[in-house]
Amino acid sequence: MASIEMSHIVKQYGDGFPAVNDVSLDIADGEFMILVGPSGCGKSTLLRMIVGLEDITSGDMVIGGDRVNDKAPRDRNLSMVFQNYALYPHLSVFENIAFPLRLAKVPDGEVKKRVEEAAGVLELKEHLERKPANLSGGQRQRVAMGRAIVRSADAFLFDEPLSNLDAKLRGQMRTEIARLQRRLGITTVYVTHDQTEAMTLGDRVCVLRKGVIQQVASPRELYEQPVNLFVAGFIGSPPMNFLPASVEGTSLSTPFGTVELGAERAEKVKGHDLLLVGIRPEYFEDASLVDEAKKPHGTTFSARVDVTEWLGDAQYAYIPYEAPAEIAEQLKALSRELDSDQLRTQAVVSIDSTSRIREGREAEFWLDTRKVHVFDPKTGENLTRDAEAGRKLTEEAAEDRIEQVERAKV
Amino acid sequence: MSTREKVGWGIGGLLIVVYCLFPVAWIISLSFKSSDDISNGQFLPTVFSGANYEQILVGDAAGLFLPALVNSFGICIIATFISCLLSMFAAYAIARLDFPGKKLILSTALAVAIFPVISIVTPLFNLWRQIGLYNTWPGLIIPYLSLTLPISIWTLSAFFREIPWEMEQAAQVDGATPWQAFRKVIVPLAAPGVFTTAIIAFFLAWNDFVYGISLTSTEAARPVPAALGLFSGASQFESPNGPIAAAAVIVTIPVVLLVLLFQRRIVAGLTNGAVKG
Amino acid sequence: MSATLDRPVSAVDPSGGRGNDKSRAERKLGWYLAGPAFVVMLLVTAYPIVQAVFDSLFDYRLTDPQNSSFVGLGNYGVILTDSVWWTSFGVTTFITVVTVAVELVLGFGLALVMLNALKALRPVLRTVILIPYAVITVVSAFAWQFAFSVDSGFVNSWFSFLGATPETDWFGTQGLSLFVICLAEIWKTTPFISLLLLAGLAQVPDVLQEAAKVDGASWWQRLRRVTLPNMKAAIMVAVLFRTLDAFRVFDSVFVMTAGANNTETVSFLAYRQTIERVEIGLGSAVSVLLFLSVVLISALFIKGFKVDLSQARGE
Repeated sequence: MASIEMSHIVKQYGDGFPAVNDVSLDIADGEFMILVGPSGCGKSTLLRMIVGLEDITSGDMVIGGDRVNDKAPRDRNLSMVFQNYALYPHLSVFENIAFPLRLAKVPDGEVKKRVEEAAGVLELKEHLERKPANLSGGQRQRVAMGRAIVRSADAFLFDEPLSNLDAKLRGQMRTEIARLQRRLGITTVYVTHDQTEAMTLGDRVCVLRKGVIQQVASPRELYEQPVNLFVAGFIGSPPMNFLPASVEGTSLSTPFGTVELGAERAEKVKGHDLLLVGIRPEYFEDASLVDEAKKPHGTTFSARVDVTEWLGDAQYAYIPYEAPAEIAEQLKALSRELDSDQLRTQAVVSIDSTSRIREGREAEFWLDTRKVHVFDPKTGENLTRDAEAGRKLTEEAAEDRIEQVERAKV
Repeated sequence: MSTREKVGWGIGGLLIVVYCLFPVAWIISLSFKSSDDISNGQFLPTVFSGANYEQILVGDAAGLFLPALVNSFGICIIATFISCLLSMFAAYAIARLDFPGKKLILSTALAVAIFPVISIVTPLFNLWRQIGLYNTWPGLIIPYLSLTLPISIWTLSAFFREIPWEMEQAAQVDGATPWQAFRKVIVPLAAPGVFTTAIIAFFLAWNDFVYGISLTSTEAARPVPAALGLFSGASQFESPNGPIAAAAVIVTIPVVLLVLLFQRRIVAGLTNGAVKG
Repeated sequence: MSATLDRPVSAVDPSGGRGNDKSRAERKLGWYLAGPAFVVMLLVTAYPIVQAVFDSLFDYRLTDPQNSSFVGLGNYGVILTDSVWWTSFGVTTFITVVTVAVELVLGFGLALVMLNALKALRPVLRTVILIPYAVITVVSAFAWQFAFSVDSGFVNSWFSFLGATPETDWFGTQGLSLFVICLAEIWKTTPFISLLLLAGLAQVPDVLQEAAKVDGASWWQRLRRVTLPNMKAAIMVAVLFRTLDAFRVFDSVFVMTAGANNTETVSFLAYRQTIERVEIGLGSAVSVLLFLSVVLISALFIKGFKVDLSQARGE
């Protein structure tokens, strides 16, 4: 068990490019920390610096109170699950799991006991004599986990462990990892580019962009109080919609009508001509299905629906809108950076699955304006973020974690 | 696939088997013909006779053949060993390290591989005579490196590139020292590639004729192919074909055995790296 | 690992760029490890060819070293104006063109059979196909020579219906001799080509075949328009290697005809001049000319046909 403290960590490559730039991050003992971001953001590099596979250019890496910058990987007592599992192809499943114990010269009887224990937890007992090449993807993944949990490491490191599995298995292994982590109460750092994994697994999530930390917070805080356009766009699926807007008194004029901000928020956005308003898909609703009591909290507008997707439990409608060239260009750049490739400016709107809104029709929508955020398109900064509310959300998550760990111990 | 197609491909397969084995079967058959039978104009001998084998193993021709066999084995094994050792280091560097000149080394290997052997022989013939390497084992081992080294470097680099080197890192995270990571993880993974490379290099050296015939003059160093080429029979009145056939069979056996045992690996070694679109 | 994905394109390779000291150390280590092999390769090839160029400028006979004299390019003049050279050059070219062309077609056929044969048959095929490759060239040459020879062969009696008589001397004329030489060469090296082509074939994805089938292509059309273009690299590499190999043909000629009846190849000519007649100067000049021919062929392939060796070699 150990905490991991990073201060001002920099990773610079030969050509001077900083892959990780001045990262300071404290991971508490027993905490599940997610490092997330699009490809190229430096998250894997950071993980590999924790485990010691990558040299640290400058800054301090402290694990369990010891500075480990100059320690070899084997002296750090961490275990890691690699993206492609890194199973030794010439060793059986048993010997793969036993490998760290063999290196530590653990007596045979003890090795057998501990490997079987780990295999039991991961339901690998009947595969122990097989070679990795003969296992399915999910089984290989579990062997890699087995090798990680078989010795009492100070922390677990995961490098995109589920990215080679199909969607269904990924879901199962996700809950398995969460359960295991709580049971063992062990500090965990988990790298992923999948925001679903980030949201479901992490106690806290660290969002990285081009080697720089954008925000470290609980999933709820990231979702409800993102610091900037990048975080807002990265977290959430389908992603947040960004509409061009201009200030008019205390309200914003957008392609979908006027959004009332109220005096307090209007004050924050004052002095900008062109803004981006960020609206999550679920802030929209089919106007005909909204309670009369709720209606005053939002605004109603009518738009032509391009495409609808009915998913059973929800329904998405796509509404194209016009945006000024500079905004359209910026949104395109953002979507490219987030590894998606949006072709047209359109809003994704989540409506009730019973809604009769169909594609090609003009329809009435309602928009809940209370939770919208307003971003400065130049800096990307969230102008309407409520830091206090965000802090509270993350504190709650920390309390939840402590409670869960206590319960798991009993 | 329809039944007709299956049968068609099956017949094609049988034709391949006949194609590959027919000349070998012929030389074996010839080697069992007695001297009366040699010119019977038939594929098979009328009676099987071991006379040819007797002649080259214990008879008049043994003095020519057996030393040549020893020379061939000794020289080829030493040349293979040296080129494997050198190419192991080179291939590791090429597959693992980043240094300028990687391309240069690979291109050089390629150029050496296509080099006309005879162009090397001419000056060596002259030089070896001057410095006393003519008709000695080292006098053949050194030029054999020009045959074995390039293919070893290519084949091994291709094999080494396939090794999941991050295993070494995984092992270090698991608590291994660099030496343990190398010995317990990398060596077992690399061994098959080295072994295959050795077989292919051995084939090339074993097959050599030009060096063997040009740089030797007696059984002190003359390898089997050269001895076969120069073998002219026990007497002028007897056809040498029978004993040559017997000797040919004997030198073919070890390579065919290697092929049968390590078929899969050899195919991988020959094509791995040679064709990768 | 995602480390590679995760790193921006502008950053250098992880193994290469960990600070300047480390990459310098790595460069050094790289040369320490690869250097010996590199030096040995140069020593056994570059030195001899330089020496050969030097020797070729002298009128130098091993048995008569006192009378060695500098003749400049005189040896080349002698060779290039002699019909012996041009005959051997023509024979070599003929053997090369015929064997490579036949081997390519035949090898492709073998590769197709190996690809499509029943699963049970495939391992057998891949094993037997290696046997001609593994048989020593000299042995293969003897096998074919004996099969065709008047005193020990069976070919004459088997093919009497084609007009062969027991006295038909296959090694009595240039044409028939070259036919048997080519046959032996083709038998021995086609399997290697077919393995290269098979590897190339296996790399053409099955879905492409299926897509072409859906698009309405016949078997022949699929072969010509989908399979062949996609294995161009494999084919060109196989052809280049075999061409250079065939151009050096020596063993079979030595064993079968010893150059009789105008079957002498360039390699054989160089051998005869140097080793048998110990005319070091003239022999070296032939060697250098052979070397230049090989370089020319390679250049022609690489520039003319755009054979990308680095791509084909998995660089």
